[in-house]
Amino acid sequence: MAITNQLKNQHLMWRTGFGPKAEDVRQLSAISQKALLKSVLKASSQSPNYINVASEELKGMMMDMTDAGKTKKKDLSEDDRKFLRKQSDKDIRKLNLAWLSEMVNTNAQLNEKMSLFWHGHFASRNNNIFYQQMLLDAIRRNALGNFADLLREVSKSATMINFLNNNQNKKNHPNENFAREVMELFTIGRGNYTEQDVKEAARAFTGWGTNLQGEFEFRKQQHDDGSKTILGKTGNFDGDDVLNILLQQKETAHLISKKIYRFFVNDTVDEQKAAWLGNKFYQSNYDIKSLMEDIFTSDWFYDPKNIGAKIKSPIELIAGIRRMLPMKIENEDVQLLIQSLLGQVLFNPPNVAGWPGGTNWIDSSSLMFRLRIPQIMYDADEFEMKPKDDDDQMMGVKEAFPAAVKIKGLGKVSGGQMIKTEIFWNDYIKKFDGVQKEKLIPEISRTVLQTPVSVSEDVLKRYTDANSRDYFIKTATIQLMSTPEYQLC
Amino acid sequence: MLIKRKQFIQVGSLATASFMLPKFLKAFEKSAMVPSGNKVLVVLQMSGGNDGLNTVIPIRNDIYYKTRPKLGIEKDKALTLNDEVGLHPALTGFKELFDDGSLGIMNSVGYPNPDRSHFRSMDIWQTASDSKSYVYTGWLGRYLDAQCRGCDKPTQALEIDDVLSLALKGDQMKGIALKDPQRLYNTSHQKYFKEVLADHKSTGSEQPVDYLYKTMAATLSSADYIFQQSKLRPSSQPYPKTGLGKSLQTIASLIFSDINTKVYYVSLGSFDTHVNQQNEQQRLFTEMSDAVKSFVADLKSNNRFQDVLLMTFSEFGRRVSQNASGGTDHGTANNMFLVSGGLKQKGLINEMTDLNDLDEGDLRYKVDFKEVYATVLNKWLGADDRNILGKNFSYLDFI
Repeated sequence: MAITNQLKNQHLMWRTGFGPKAEDVRQLSAISQKALLKSVLKASSQSPNYINVASEELKGMMMDMTDAGKTKKKDLSEDDRKFLRKQSDKDIRKLNLAWLSEMVNTNAQLNEKMSLFWHGHFASRNNNIFYQQMLLDAIRRNALGNFADLLREVSKSATMINFLNNNQNKKNHPNENFAREVMELFTIGRGNYTEQDVKEAARAFTGWGTNLQGEFEFRKQQHDDGSKTILGKTGNFDGDDVLNILLQQKETAHLISKKIYRFFVNDTVDEQKAAWLGNKFYQSNYDIKSLMEDIFTSDWFYDPKNIGAKIKSPIELIAGIRRMLPMKIENEDVQLLIQSLLGQVLFNPPNVAGWPGGTNWIDSSSLMFRLRIPQIMYDADEFEMKPKDDDDQMMGVKEAFPAAVKIKGLGKVSGGQMIKTEIFWNDYIKKFDGVQKEKLIPEISRTVLQTPVSVSEDVLKRYTDANSRDYFIKTATIQLMSTPEYQLC
Repeated sequence: MLIKRKQFIQVGSLATASFMLPKFLKAFEKSAMVPSGNKVLVVLQMSGGNDGLNTVIPIRNDIYYKTRPKLGIEKDKALTLNDEVGLHPALTGFKELFDDGSLGIMNSVGYPNPDRSHFRSMDIWQTASDSKSYVYTGWLGRYLDAQCRGCDKPTQALEIDDVLSLALKGDQMKGIALKDPQRLYNTSHQKYFKEVLADHKSTGSEQPVDYLYKTMAATLSSADYIFQQSKLRPSSQPYPKTGLGKSLQTIASLIFSDINTKVYYVSLGSFDTHVNQQNEQQRLFTEMSDAVKSFVADLKSNNRFQDVLLMTFSEFGRRVSQNASGGTDHGTANNMFLVSGGLKQKGLINEMTDLNDLDEGDLRYKVDFKEVYATVLNKWLGADDRNILGKNFSYLDFI
């Protein structure tokens, strides 16, 4: 595939966001990467809106608690606690869909893409909707800001403190969970600290907790204010001091840069480039935006080996289809089912290390399902698949997903699921105005795919509807999206 | 991936309008690849954390009845194994297996620094990692990696499910998930996909697109292969019409065929009985007991029971004391069932867990589950357990 200007721009759109929108496509052949990047950065320059989907009843309940000055978890009655848990479960699903819509619709693509990266980096689970909203907000506000601020906010968030048991980390009874993960996964990485460092850091984090409302609390009486030695430094350190020590380590800048390279450029890391990025990131005092600019303005970012080289994550896949083919999904919740079947449910990372990505997304069942999704969307076809139970999420409650959609009038065996969509094809089809019929397939292919497709035009033509030009464009697009190549960006 | 590049290119060069099986996959279609006496492992995952104490019950233990005034199962209701031990009343099939000498019970299985989160502990069991490391491959996936160096048999490990578990994901190889052979065949049998595959020509480099096509090729040909095999000698026994019943019947049919599958994986759940434990466990155990009973009868009548080992596990047991909602909360060590006609140790393999010696209200583990894995890998599957588990674990004597 020739590396055209359009391909480079599409590459930039896929990596700085979730791919081009139907209405953008026309402009992508003319504009320069420099100009495009400038507009991408500008679109992400404002602070994002708080996503607030918590149900009114829950908000009311929490407000009453706050007004009554009740800030402890045990202040909640058993019934209230049950309600909080059940409603949070529903609301977190709403939060999932709301954020996914943001990824599809916002112009601040880079900010959301970056947030998705941090969401995986600071992987955590928590079944309290308020805590999840607060953490998501902290991530989205700092996604392109300074990593030091982001690290501090995340470390003090109720989600992380509860998830990594720091509420139980007390003087004389240290819980090392947070101290270990902050070193191993969030900053310096394995091999750069000792077990003794973990023990000492855990002591420094004693007393860090959160209240019922999810606000950070420093509990002085639980804090061990004795002397600690961490990574060769000795002092009466507290948690903030430990984070500062970790940020002083160059390894932190390198670990983050390498992970960002993997996420935004290529799963196969070019060590030299990653090291160059790491040094610059450290010198900039962890300015995330300038790190990203360094990547997207580098010539090597547009190397053929980096284009179409990433396997889309399930979220990128879903958001990408929805951006190119704007649609209304009648049964919105089905997107949660798709996430689950493909192995990436927002707010439900597999563990604190996040989603491994790359070829880990692909096995026989996930690949075949990916290939069928565009067809299922277009034909309103049904699929009969059940995700695995998630006991953490379900808390012993069955039916995490809505019961199978009843299918009327199709004469098919029910029990299957459908993705009931109405696709708004107009903008997309308009893009091909003036393209000669025999050039349509190559043109669609260039629009939809980031890598040359192996399926021949002869085969494609046999599976497209030639009754009208519109149908031809629609079906050819769907078939091209139902290929292994479409899994790449 | 381990398909040799040359072979893979052949997939492309075979391109015709109709789909053709890649040669490397055809190879094992011709002759029966399964030597007689081929050992097969069936892993039954009890998802959600089964309450082991109400599964294998210490029927004369005062602490048990004291800590479980409501949930404790009375001595005369339990299915007595000996003076001290009884099985849950719903496990009638397992009681028969016990009497028959085809049930082994391993008590106090767990791992150091146990984690009480479902997904983390399940991760630890499925990856066979310790509780401080995060591993992206499963123990059976790594078995596939090790077993299939230089060959390509994507059907060596099958999961009867729509979604593949981490346990079966290796670095190079991944098992195949299927709910039933017919459905896998139907969904992958779309002509369009076959033609897309036939049109593909390898880029000749290690690009992800080749990985995708390799997975696709393996899936499509395996789907055909599994479907053909499943029809070869379908199981004739009656099975209960439950999820597990159907899954075990599918597994039996495949075991009787000439398929090269060594490992089957299937799950039942959810055993997460924080509330309403009595009814839930009763229901799930009935499903499990009836299905396993039919499965064993089927294996016996086909003379394969001595070659099949069914092993159960759960990500953790539950706390010794009942909670206030008619259930139990997340605990630690647990028991495992081993079912086979080829067991060397039968019945209660080790001592019951000591309820006098608890760790803050939780059972202490005595057997690391990785020792069970090492034993199965080495003695049953003839695999290099050290390489797969990354460490030497001592072997147990049950097989």
